[in-house]
Amino acid sequence: MSDPSAQKAKMKSAKKMRDLMTAYYIDALSAGQNNKRVAWITSGGPVEPLLAMDIIPVYPENHAAMIGSAKMGEDLCTKAEEMGYSTDLCSYARADISCSVVKGGPLGGLPKPDMLICCNNICGTVLKWYEVQARFYNVPLFILDTPICHTGYTPEIAKYVRAQIDEYIAFLEVVTKRKFNHEKMATVGKLSLEGQKLWQKVLNTTAHKPSPMSAFDAFFFLALIVTLRGTQIAVDFYTELVQEMEERIQNGISVVPGERYRLLWDNLPIWYQLKWLSGKFSEHNACLVADTYTSAWCGTIKYIDENRFLDSMAEAYTRIYLNIGVDQMADQVLEMIKFYDVDGFVMHSNRSCKPYSFGQLDIMGIVQEKAGIPVLMIEADMVDPRNFSQSQVETRIDAFMEIIKQNKG
Amino acid sequence: MEEIKIFRDAIKDIPTLASNIKKSHEKIVGYLCSYAPEELIYAAGFHPMRLFSSKSDIILAEDHLQTYCCSLVRGVLEDSLSGRLDFLDGTVFPHTCDSIQRLSDIWRMKGKYDLFWDVVLPVKLNTQSAKIYMKDVLNRFKTDLERAAGTTITDDDLNRSISTFNLIRSHLSKLYQLQSRNPGILKGEDLYSIVKGAMVMDRDEVARLLPLIVETLEKTSPPESRAKRIVLSGSICDSPGIYAMLETSGAVIVGDDLCTGQRWFEGRILENKDPITAIAERYMDRIVCPAKHMNPVVRGENIVALARENKADGVVFMLLKFCDPHAFDYPYLKEFLDNEGIKNMLIEMDDQQENLGQLSTRLETFIHMI
Repeated sequence: MSDPSAQKAKMKSAKKMRDLMTAYYIDALSAGQNNKRVAWITSGGPVEPLLAMDIIPVYPENHAAMIGSAKMGEDLCTKAEEMGYSTDLCSYARADISCSVVKGGPLGGLPKPDMLICCNNICGTVLKWYEVQARFYNVPLFILDTPICHTGYTPEIAKYVRAQIDEYIAFLEVVTKRKFNHEKMATVGKLSLEGQKLWQKVLNTTAHKPSPMSAFDAFFFLALIVTLRGTQIAVDFYTELVQEMEERIQNGISVVPGERYRLLWDNLPIWYQLKWLSGKFSEHNACLVADTYTSAWCGTIKYIDENRFLDSMAEAYTRIYLNIGVDQMADQVLEMIKFYDVDGFVMHSNRSCKPYSFGQLDIMGIVQEKAGIPVLMIEADMVDPRNFSQSQVETRIDAFMEIIKQNKG
Repeated sequence: MEEIKIFRDAIKDIPTLASNIKKSHEKIVGYLCSYAPEELIYAAGFHPMRLFSSKSDIILAEDHLQTYCCSLVRGVLEDSLSGRLDFLDGTVFPHTCDSIQRLSDIWRMKGKYDLFWDVVLPVKLNTQSAKIYMKDVLNRFKTDLERAAGTTITDDDLNRSISTFNLIRSHLSKLYQLQSRNPGILKGEDLYSIVKGAMVMDRDEVARLLPLIVETLEKTSPPESRAKRIVLSGSICDSPGIYAMLETSGAVIVGDDLCTGQRWFEGRILENKDPITAIAERYMDRIVCPAKHMNPVVRGENIVALARENKADGVVFMLLKFCDPHAFDYPYLKEFLDNEGIKNMLIEMDDQQENLGQLSTRLETFIHMI
């Protein structure tokens, strides 16, 4: 059996990525000493204006993923439940909320925010979560309300979101008592778009057979496009990562030795089981070549105009994967199935993420009908391991892989 | 009282109620949220009908929604898929929560009814741009309704509709005031039937009956009551058994913070201005649902004020399992009440389960303790 961590270690970018993330968190944690302001922001939120104002963005969701990977999720979620939060609530939110109180987690807590920026394009949960933190830290909260585009981006939505971009900038000016830096904004906008294009390029490399990396690697390499989108650091890093992947392709290095089956993943990762899952699929010579989750950070490039970044960003941030209708999501899944030429589709039914998980059963039906490939649904949770049964999941993966093998021969 | 009996009978059998309504109204438009602009639906000549789960076993909805979706959303989808809502001509989804957001997609993709609208209202209710957006989506919905009805909705139509809904809502307020002043003047189950009836019955009939009920009750001498005064908080309470159980335990409901209660009917629409603006303003200003944002403490302040105004002995939170917006607010609402020394308890409900045995013991204990 191949050891996924050994495979990852062979990627030289992995070490660099860890160093960059460490530097980023050191910077964020020492913001107060350096007279820098910290904004907490949702993963799908417009970070670019913060960078233009020299505000350090911190992502509780990225932190919650770290908590999950470090297998600290159960403890922190339980603590939130003791505070009165239902066990049925999002485990990112539960872990983060209790982490603020007990200063737990891999970093001993995140730096205290000077402001909170919440964009509800990913869910309604972030709204409630950020209200909790606004009360706890007693700091200003800005909400970018991006109405869901069930069937399209209407002129009313366009006008409303665009107006809020100006409100966002005005909010930052009030909180920082400084004028907005439009010049820097233009640079950040260009870097953001460049970073997203490079991230797309990284993800596209897995269309090659065999694939030089897997969705498990994408889950890992995702952190920079989330946290450092709009910086030169991200652009440089992904430039190198693309190169590394291209080299791997040229040298015939595959992430899953003897790759025979290619799979697509849906929903957030199961952070505390990445290694086991990756090994499990490798055992079957199966590679999860792509996923619907990490591609969300480059899925709206077509709406961005780098010369009118602020204007176009309204549409780009509103029309992300989770903020569209289930039928449109299914269309994107079908496109990915074709582009990556996959043999099967693995869906993580994630108790923590209702907007991502409700509608999955309909997407499953559409995929089975239109793409004619087997679909597996795994019941789990992204951070709380109490909702994961390894033996059950193992049996189901084995059965699923049997069908794929029979199909493909 | 004869008028109350009409409400009680009407809500017992929704399909029969619907077929009677169809005789006088062109079309029936359903919805699951108290932000659905019923004034516009009514002004178009359609019948606005709030949907509740019939609490039937989940069979067909299993193929669309996982078990960690709330029982209301799964239950209503089950009703639709199994044909129990075939009286509907259409539905409107005003965007409520993540679960109803996806229910809307599934509903639209199923395409069971002729008419379907998403009226994606703002989540933020505290800014000028949100108010403009609210007006924009209401205007668009008005145009869509006009197309469906094949008529023009004039300002006169809207004003008539507004005054009907104002009449209904102000009389529901009066009923609650009477009940708070003279606890027990209305049986809990009657109160439940009247409020639910006002969300599903023909609104002209509701507008005719409510003043008669209020008038009679105003003349009724208040009963002797030593019952503990309870305020309910949560999303929906579609379980008449709870009201009876509270009464048996020695309590009376004197107010609520429910989506099927005061949150829905408190707050009038101004009648002397542009009707769409007035409707939008009322939806912006009404007591906020936890799925929307006004400010981070508004619901805490509201629940304390509600308990104080009604001299409540205790607050009972009735939360639907898997309802995220309410579950997120619960700890802080509890903290606000605790800080004021207002006793409170939490009941987690499943709309599907009518087994109230264990619940009854917990409620009794709570009521005896306060």
